[in-house]
Amino acid sequence: MIINNPANETTPAVNGGGLIVQIVVLSVLLLLVIVVSTSLGYLSIPFPSVVKIILAQLFGNTDLLAGLDERFLAVVIDIRLPRILAAAIVGGGLAVAGVVFQGILLNPLADPYTLGVSAGAAFGAAIAILLNIGFMGGFNVPFFAFVGALVTLFAVIYLSSSGDTGPHILSSNNLILSGIIVAAILSAGISFLKYIADENVAVIIFWLMGSFASMTWTKVLLTFVFICVGTAIALFFARDLNVMSLGNRAAASLGVDTRRVTLVLLLTASMVAAICVSISGIIGFVGLLVPHIMRTFTGPDNRKLIPVSLLAGATLLLGADTVTRAILPVEVPIGVLTALIGGPFFCYIFRKRQVTGRGM
Amino acid sequence: MGFDLRDISFAYGSKEVLRTISITLETGRFYGVIGPNGCGKTTLLDLMVRHRQPATGAIQYNRKGLDVYSRRQLSREIALVPQNFYINFPYTAREIVMMGRYPYIPRFARPGPEDNAAVDSIMDKTGTLAFRNRRITDLSGGERQRIVFARALAQDTPVLFLDEATSNLDINHTLSLLKVVRRRVASGGRTVVAVLQDINLAATYCDELIFMKQGQIFTRGATDRVLNPDTLKDVFKVDADIVFNAFSESRQVVFKK
Repeated sequence: MIINNPANETTPAVNGGGLIVQIVVLSVLLLLVIVVSTSLGYLSIPFPSVVKIILAQLFGNTDLLAGLDERFLAVVIDIRLPRILAAAIVGGGLAVAGVVFQGILLNPLADPYTLGVSAGAAFGAAIAILLNIGFMGGFNVPFFAFVGALVTLFAVIYLSSSGDTGPHILSSNNLILSGIIVAAILSAGISFLKYIADENVAVIIFWLMGSFASMTWTKVLLTFVFICVGTAIALFFARDLNVMSLGNRAAASLGVDTRRVTLVLLLTASMVAAICVSISGIIGFVGLLVPHIMRTFTGPDNRKLIPVSLLAGATLLLGADTVTRAILPVEVPIGVLTALIGGPFFCYIFRKRQVTGRGM
Repeated sequence: MGFDLRDISFAYGSKEVLRTISITLETGRFYGVIGPNGCGKTTLLDLMVRHRQPATGAIQYNRKGLDVYSRRQLSREIALVPQNFYINFPYTAREIVMMGRYPYIPRFARPGPEDNAAVDSIMDKTGTLAFRNRRITDLSGGERQRIVFARALAQDTPVLFLDEATSNLDINHTLSLLKVVRRRVASGGRTVVAVLQDINLAATYCDELIFMKQGQIFTRGATDRVLNPDTLKDVFKVDADIVFNAFSESRQVVFKK
């Protein structure tokens, strides 16, 4: 006899729907943080003026600018907005890369930082900066970052995989250990590059710690395009990614080309992570923290998790960057700030997994 | 119709797992695959769902090469309950079972009413409705295995492969799941290929048994014909006595102490 107790059926679904509501709420929140962040700073600009300037720029309606301080326009358009948008885009990109890495590697502790991918991208970018390689115009730093990220990713996966007959799961501990080892080697490499960099050393050091200062519209647009493309690819394969959490065998029997999806998504996530690193340096833990928190609201379905994490990551990193730029007495590098907040959070998750023996 | 395997070989690196296997499987039958650990049973299933490619030989399904089918077509033909099941993300039980409907749902579409109905009906039959809204990560091993089983049934395919699909289940759930499957074979003309460790269960439910040994098919045939002490002695190196048991209406095996 099969146990079938209808009394238990009233248990509410834990992985709630309401995707539209969540997206609307997060979008409004993001816009709000953008406006607030734009108004904050050495020169305080009132909210209405910020909104007017943004609307005027968006719709080319110069009437809105009548009676505004000229300085406001310059500060908002040339200085604050590029930095603010860059922070938001990078935050969103890192979060999406985190979701994808976690989904593919079946490991809730994976993110560009813990996998060493960020360090790999930084190493590649540092080489490009140091050698002043210019054969690809403005693309050399992102390109070298991408190559560095990919090589590192495959090295880490190679180090942590054990045989091919077992289930397709890279153990958390192996993966993170390999990530740390590879990142340590790369950090030494970066230190060496800094040592021989002479006059370029300040540029490399400042960029490595993570910074959105001195952002340009060109960089912002470039990043925006790449992260949009990356997110679109991730969304396209989101359902396949869901199925792959059942393991490769089951996913294949459900019609998923697991090899292709794995390869495409790893390349995509590495590209997104590399672009983020190449414009803002190493910013850790956003890709770990955001998907983790969002999963408790949306459930693990990647079709919901990807858009929601994108928006939440954008809001979070912009918030953090605003705190260091406009609220703290000294500007702490954003990478240092996220590591200070994210590191302990990582420890918490790691400990919880050790205790409960299962993922989340 | 059904499967036709010709001279199939497979190796992991230099380790040869299957050696020139040839076998045909008819539709509408319940096959049990039996053999010692590491004799290539799982690999054989992997080849038949095209999760792996044979090194030599050809596999035909319904008189067409297995390679001819698109992945999506194949996922509407063959479902698999894998041996190892481990999931790191907190999907609800029902979400997992719904994944079995993905071959019928376009990539960006929501499940239709017929998908919801199919999932609910399968969960009812497999006795999993009671925990449909619980997280898979919170379920016991046995409950999880029943969910995976339900997922494969929701795929609603003519062919079902079970790879030790009842290994974590108590006898009550094992019997009820095998009964569900048996009914599908008897009334729906479906084909089931089940790798089973329990020879008595295989003898109770399977029409035919396929004995494997060291990457080859030792013998195959109607259960009553091939299940005998000599086969078990040759395949497993154990001494067994086999008698017809009226209560289970099948041959049953007892082993020497």
